[in-house]
Amino acid sequence: MTLSERMYLPAIAQGLGITIKHFFKKKATINYPEETRQRSDIWRGLHVLKRDENGAERCTACGLCAVACPAEAITMTAGERKKGEEHLYREEKYAVTYEVNMLRCIFCGLCEEACPKAAIFLQDDKLAPARYERDEFIYGKDRLVEPLKTTETK
Amino acid sequence: MDSVLLIYKGIYILAIFGISLLIATYSTYFERKIAAFIQDRVGPNRAGPMGLLQPLADAGKLFFKEEFIPAKANKMLFILGPGIAMLVAAMSSAVIPFGDTLIIGETSFDLIAIDVNIGILYIFGVVSLGVYGLMIGGWASNNKFSLLGAIRAASQNISYELAMGLSLIAVLMLSGSLSLKVIAEQQTGFNWNIWYQPLGFLIFLICAFAETNRTPFDLPESEAELIGGYHTEYSSMKLGMYLFAEYINIFVVSAVMSTLYFGAYNFPFMENLRNAFDDPVLGNNVVTIIGVAVMFAKIFAFIFFFMWVRWTLPRFRYDQLMKLGWNILIPLAILNILLTGGGILLYEYFTNG
Repeated sequence: MTLSERMYLPAIAQGLGITIKHFFKKKATINYPEETRQRSDIWRGLHVLKRDENGAERCTACGLCAVACPAEAITMTAGERKKGEEHLYREEKYAVTYEVNMLRCIFCGLCEEACPKAAIFLQDDKLAPARYERDEFIYGKDRLVEPLKTTETK
Repeated sequence: MDSVLLIYKGIYILAIFGISLLIATYSTYFERKIAAFIQDRVGPNRAGPMGLLQPLADAGKLFFKEEFIPAKANKMLFILGPGIAMLVAAMSSAVIPFGDTLIIGETSFDLIAIDVNIGILYIFGVVSLGVYGLMIGGWASNNKFSLLGAIRAASQNISYELAMGLSLIAVLMLSGSLSLKVIAEQQTGFNWNIWYQPLGFLIFLICAFAETNRTPFDLPESEAELIGGYHTEYSSMKLGMYLFAEYINIFVVSAVMSTLYFGAYNFPFMENLRNAFDDPVLGNNVVTIIGVAVMFAKIFAFIFFFMWVRWTLPRFRYDQLMKLGWNILIPLAILNILLTGGGILLYEYFTNG
């Protein structure tokens, strides 16, 4: 090695130059809860149970999504529509309970492919967030069904 | 000493103590921020605006941690270790001149806690006591990793203190005084020692890294081989004390380097500024206050440099460390003394003869 190489000082200065360049570089971090990364249009996030154009639930509790689910995350109980509930449920049979266990779900999207009624979809803009209790990861109909559109927004 | 001066000294010493604690506290924050920035991250940004309350959160966390003393440890020495480290670190900033003199009314106030005529020797003496803190702590832990770390710390500090002292002698030859106040006063304006002592400064800087156990010389606390070195067994605020003492040492050594080589509170064109005021008292005070700001700017620059180097360079191997200290730095420091002596003789020959 030459003298300047054995002194290591030029090499150290070079290294310091590299680190100071990174010091002023734009940071790669995305401050998650405040900002979110731009996701692709086919991103598979949190499930939603859709309503039809009249605001009635599309799900008919056929169970095909539960069968398709490789993680066995979906459970449901079916019920019969009563008279006067036509505006709530589109078909004569509907899901009384519909639960997705977000700890089991692998967000593969096979349920939305299996669904014959176009009732379940994985949204591209919502995630199943972290929680403190295991119970809170079981999403029932209260958190899955698409909120009713109010008259103003219709 | 009249009572006004006594009260002033008391307040000043408390203020310096508080400032060094504050700087040490926020050094931990800036260490993490700078580390993050160099690694393209953003660092702590959750506690308070821009994460500025992070040191408080860390300290609070440390206080609530379990205070653990190993069963076979020497309990008294185990507690004494971090105490000594902290005490010694906090003592050493006493003789550093943070500014010139302030004139208020009839009295003039020196911005230095104690102006002893052997200031730099005092700092050396006190700082080398700091190794007792590490040694006692490491030995009292009754743990081979802690002991290894402590032995490393002791031998490394002794080895590098030699080269540090030798590089300092060249500065003392120029100044002819051991008092930091005199050394600072001699470097008026832009007449800093760094222009006469570039090699000496380099040696001093490298030794300062070794003395404060910073990367690339942080072998006493290498996580990978020694699981943290001398503070392996420490937890809670006793661990905090060790880390705190390290940061105070960095602050002190930065202040010493600014004083010895970078002109302390002196800045270019300070005389022009002083003469620009009609009132000499006002001019003096303005220059002094700017001088204090300049001094702290230099200290912060050095602290930044310490952190910058830490996140750039990997650690030395132990034999490399010893080889660098004994085979390279000490001969270089002696050469530097000879060169300085020759330079002084030549200067005197040409000016007097």
